[in-house]
Amino acid sequence: MLQFSTWKQVAIILTCVIGVLLVVPNFLSKETLDSLPRWVPKTQLSLGLDLRGGAHLLLSMETADVRKDWLETLRDDARRRLRDAKIAFSGLGIANNSVQVRLTKPEDADAALKELRGLIQQSGNVLLGTTVTDLQVTKGDGGVIVLTPTEAGLQNRVSSAISAAIETVRRRVDAMGTTEPTIVRQGSSRILVQVPGLQDTAQLKELIGKTARLSFHEVHPTVSADEARQTRVPTGFRIYSSVDKEDTAPLLLRETPVVRGDELVDAQPAFDQRTNEPIISFRFNNAGARKFGNFTRDNVNRPFAIVLDDQVISAPVIREPILGGSGQISGSFTVEAANQLAIQLRSGALPAKLTIVEERTVGPSLGADSIEAGRLAGIIGAIATIALTILAYGTFGIFACVGLIVHGVLTVALMSLAGSALTLPGIAGLVLGIAMAVDANVLIYERIREELRAGRTPIAAIDAGFTRAFITIADSQLTTLACALVMFWLGAGPIRGFAVTLTIGICTSIFASVTVVRLLIYYWLNSARRARRVIEVPV
Amino acid sequence: MRFLPNFKGFDFFPHDLRLPFMAYKGLAVTMSIVGMALALLIIGIKGFNYGVDFKGGSMLEVQSNSAPADIAALREKLGKLGLGAVQIQSFGAPTDVLIRVEQQPGGEAEQQAAVKKVTDALAGQFTQRRIEVVGPAVSSELRMTGFIAVAAGLLAIVAYVWFRFEWQFALGAIVALTHDVLLVAGIFSLLQLEFDLSIVAALLTILGYSVNDTVVVSDRIRENLRKFKRMELNELLNLSINETLSRTILTGCTAIAVLVSLYIFGGEVIRNFNLAMLLGVVIGTYSSIFIAAPLLGYLGVKREWVGAAVKPKADAASRAGRENMVFK
Repeated sequence: MLQFSTWKQVAIILTCVIGVLLVVPNFLSKETLDSLPRWVPKTQLSLGLDLRGGAHLLLSMETADVRKDWLETLRDDARRRLRDAKIAFSGLGIANNSVQVRLTKPEDADAALKELRGLIQQSGNVLLGTTVTDLQVTKGDGGVIVLTPTEAGLQNRVSSAISAAIETVRRRVDAMGTTEPTIVRQGSSRILVQVPGLQDTAQLKELIGKTARLSFHEVHPTVSADEARQTRVPTGFRIYSSVDKEDTAPLLLRETPVVRGDELVDAQPAFDQRTNEPIISFRFNNAGARKFGNFTRDNVNRPFAIVLDDQVISAPVIREPILGGSGQISGSFTVEAANQLAIQLRSGALPAKLTIVEERTVGPSLGADSIEAGRLAGIIGAIATIALTILAYGTFGIFACVGLIVHGVLTVALMSLAGSALTLPGIAGLVLGIAMAVDANVLIYERIREELRAGRTPIAAIDAGFTRAFITIADSQLTTLACALVMFWLGAGPIRGFAVTLTIGICTSIFASVTVVRLLIYYWLNSARRARRVIEVPV
Repeated sequence: MRFLPNFKGFDFFPHDLRLPFMAYKGLAVTMSIVGMALALLIIGIKGFNYGVDFKGGSMLEVQSNSAPADIAALREKLGKLGLGAVQIQSFGAPTDVLIRVEQQPGGEAEQQAAVKKVTDALAGQFTQRRIEVVGPAVSSELRMTGFIAVAAGLLAIVAYVWFRFEWQFALGAIVALTHDVLLVAGIFSLLQLEFDLSIVAALLTILGYSVNDTVVVSDRIRENLRKFKRMELNELLNLSINETLSRTILTGCTAIAVLVSLYIFGGEVIRNFNLAMLLGVVIGTYSSIFIAAPLLGYLGVKREWVGAAVKPKADAASRAGRENMVFK
């Protein structure tokens, strides 16, 4: 029946008022908002990158890098364990994605196996019996022991590498001084970086494009890189190429570094006081300072090498022991490069290389144009809809339009509340939502007309119109909702933005186009009754 | 409320109109089958003009600093960069140019290098408005997701219709929806319009709109099945379509009015998206009337929920040749 209890009326009106309150901040300037009392809602609808301009980068981690790194650690651990257990081996190396050890005496195999199995780590839940081992240690022929990482172990390592990389990327992006960057994991080995307002992505790409792994190495005292290449590279040493390949010859360096970049506590761009060329000054933590101090004390007048991402950037000679824990790197940097490297060193190394697999950048001028176009199209579309509705349904058409406005207001309010950004396809979804809301009213009014033609009294016709049409409205909205939810679940990029507004639009349209319109008609009937008018349905 | 003008709406629709839709169902179904076959053929021959989302490669929208942009000069300049096929076209305003660089052989890094070459070549003369670079890994994923999204959307809808109605309605809906999606996709292939992620969103919306229409008609059919227990099925279907016709036309007109406004004023970026939606609304409305409902006539509907099952007998008698198609 067309009846509304008082509390129901209050609830409906209150919902509309709250909706309006939530939408109003979108029309106020920042200053006005700040001057308002604290209880006033201030959330504005956030705009997607395609409307406000900005950069969107999808980075993918090289799992091969993670594997290589892990194998190197494994090899070093295996060497340490075997030495500690005094088991002699004649070969230790990485081949076929595994670490292989050749024992001097094959009869040591069982002891070595037991020792090396200590490297296996378990992850997962012991109680549920879902543990996985990250490593398989097997015995081969002739005293060879093979350590092979499992797929599950690799996945675990990639996952934690991604978490670490997100932190590093965040520190690097923050150092650019941009506002509200979004940096989140996507899938198993990807990171999504969104920086609103950023137009030129070159600097951002440079900053996150490098792993920036810094290390300090001992240079082989007697053998040069050329000699080693012709004869044989001594165990534990490796040939490193130089950053500027023309000027500097490659060097033969001890593979295990003296100090690593993760023991830096600070790195700042600076200028050399004598030559005035850009340098980076850095400071070690206590442990790093001690290691570096000991090394420089023992190696005065010998060169050491500073290596960045497997390339030598400089190889100065140690003049005197460096005991204070601070130093500087020079390497014919430009000011910009020094600045960038300092940021990268401060924020720490990335655990593996990140490649850009997708980039979408929208300039602010295009974003503004799109907003303008969307607004114009929206206004014209709304006027057309309102004109058509009022033309077709008269006074009841006006009620339908009020319902439409409530629909629009609530949709925007819910989007502000949910914090979901409005995108260009989102505007299209909003407009489609309005068309669907109109459809609900058309269904109801056409039904009322039909009931009137069938000879029902006005009130009975209105009542039947709402009740009967509601089944159809619910069916049609729910099917569209099913479709929108699938879009949201599967969708990427534009599809998702569209699905969000469509879903919210469907949810609000039942309230706005059915409940609110029904309440308005109820008031209209009451006022007609009070005025003792003959009720004639103006549809 | 007292100050509100009390006026009647303009009821434009002749409600006692009974258009013999079902009489044309043979023609309509034939036309649609031919249309779908043609669409498949065109897609098979011409394929889609995939955008960077699905094909990989890069797309740059740039604006000339000195109006208007000299496209011929730009084409010559960028042709020399050795990046393979570079498409250059004017985009909306005469100052705006859209540049498409095909996917570079190699991996992800090569795509970035190609964009850098283009932006370096344009530096000073043009301002970047938009850059989209999609690497080989992501584009193949997006192609897969797009396809799955449409298929899953279709299934979700059919599952709902099946749950709410008889299976015949669900079958009618799935045929009508596949028809709509296929025709719009066929038109995009025929005109070689760019097919990207936003077109997938449009196809999904078309599914939503078209099923909305189908459900409204189906709802009325179900209601009439209860009301007129002895009415011959084809007549009943025709009555149902006619009764909902005023709503179909009014809602369709509003949707078209809004979409035309979006198409004209909504900007260049979502133009294709809006075109797809416009086509979809028109085709979707057609398919609800001429495909989904007539299919019920062929399939027959068990009227078990009203007790006695009534078979579509008059139809079978008048068109004996089709009797074997009546589903019992």
